[in-house]
Amino acid sequence: MERSEAAMTPPKGPPIRLSALDPQFSREIKRLAGTDFHACLQCRSCSGGCPFSDHMDYMPNGVMRLVQLGLKQEALSCNTIWICVGCHTCSIQCPMAIDIPGVMDALRERALAERVAVIEPDILAFHREVLHSIARYGRTHKLEIMLRYKLKRRDLFSDLDVGLRMLAKRKLDLTPSRIEQIAEIQKVFRP
Amino acid sequence: MTAAGRAAPIEVSYFPGCSLATTAKENNQSLIESCARLGIRLVEIPDWNCCGSSSAHSIDHRIAFDLACRNLALAPAGRPLVTACPSCTLRLKHAQHLLRHDAGARGRYETLWGRPYDPDLHVRHFFGLMVEIDWRSRIGNGDVVPLDLTFAPYYGCMLNRPAALRPSTDHHGVMERVLGDLGMRSVLWASSTQCCGTFLTVARPDIVTPKVNAILQNAADSGAECVVTACAMCHMNLEVRCTLKAPIPIFHFSELIALAFGSARRDWFSRHLIDPRPLLSRKGLAA
Ligand code: SF4
Ligand code: SF4
Repeated sequence: MERSEAAMTPPKGPPIRLSALDPQFSREIKRLAGTDFHACLQCRSCSGGCPFSDHMDYMPNGVMRLVQLGLKQEALSCNTIWICVGCHTCSIQCPMAIDIPGVMDALRERALAERVAVIEPDILAFHREVLHSIARYGRTHKLEIMLRYKLKRRDLFSDLDVGLRMLAKRKLDLTPSRIEQIAEIQKVFRP
Repeated sequence: MTAAGRAAPIEVSYFPGCSLATTAKENNQSLIESCARLGIRLVEIPDWNCCGSSSAHSIDHRIAFDLACRNLALAPAGRPLVTACPSCTLRLKHAQHLLRHDAGARGRYETLWGRPYDPDLHVRHFFGLMVEIDWRSRIGNGDVVPLDLTFAPYYGCMLNRPAALRPSTDHHGVMERVLGDLGMRSVLWASSTQCCGTFLTVARPDIVTPKVNAILQNAADSGAECVVTACAMCHMNLEVRCTLKAPIPIFHFSELIALAFGSARRDWFSRHLIDPRPLLSRKGLAA
């Protein structure tokens, strides 16, 4: 069978500099993620099944290779870690039982700790608004999350129709559902 | 945990989660109602908090762990903790996994919540309750009425788990079995376990809209009259992001069980963005 053009095209990411290998980084991600990505045999089942791989610069199997080699800069700055939604479609198919989204979680956290430029700022802004809401009410207040997210992006009008349809159907509560012992939640958010 | 019809209800702890408490009230009410008819009383754990959703574990694993643990700590001992949302379930079970295997995690739990963790707390998704019920005999004695509907069962990512949690209960085919016993016909279709896009719906609707349209088109092409979802988040994404001209309606699994019990309420269905009422009245199932 002839191989398709796509299968022979190297992945889209930037060229890899082997001089930049950082084994310490590899160990750190393994510890944080709690899964052994060195077992990855590059079968690509993960990338074949990932519903969002079309929108990623490195495929999930590529990210496994980056962390195996300790290519820190590439791993922390790729958009894959932000596009990944943690649906586990990949890990359920992985013959080596690697927790692939666990690796993505660890990389995202490192990227923030090391202040790497985030290539998908809107996705990060959304996550921050969700956490802000939980810190404030103990639960998520969807209307406020959406409004604050849109204000930050200075874009109130995209998706306005969706918001109005949800309001009309009583899907967005105006007031938050909140917990009583909010001090207990503040304990969680204290650094 | 099967329960006889009229006996005193069995009480279980209940964690509804933010979606069911707000955007998907119809999911919550239909579940509470159906369980009541089964003799199971869902008792909300007092003052429960958000499980952390996708966002906490995405950017801060410690906050994700602590948020899940507070809920575990609030659950009374000696009864199962029933969950409604597949992702809350995964968050709670993941925290339990860490507690089981990591002394440091247990230490943090005890310091923050002032009690040792309960290794016997059984977190179970309500699918596990529904599949244990003998629905056919309930049809036989007129307790439930059969539903004449052809449906596409939509699990989204619910059936996927990381390897560490794979020994926990598997929910493959639960909707087909239960709704099949209730007289419904399921179609075989390609998108049953396609992820709905979760939070990308906010920041990257350009990615989610085509996915959602493909899922709903695929369901209609497979001959389904409706889609049935396991997760309130999936339900919302499918409804909110769909731009097809005439999409088929989408039900929460719990709504159909309540419908079979004859205890569905009209104002559940009027909350849907894709109105299921024309289909229900065509089928003589109007609530
Ligand atoms: S499925 Fe597993 S073993 Fe295969 S490439 Fe992906 S991570 Fe590696
Ligand atoms: S968990 Fe992430 S990498 Fe894996 S299939 Fe889902 S989106 Fe793709």
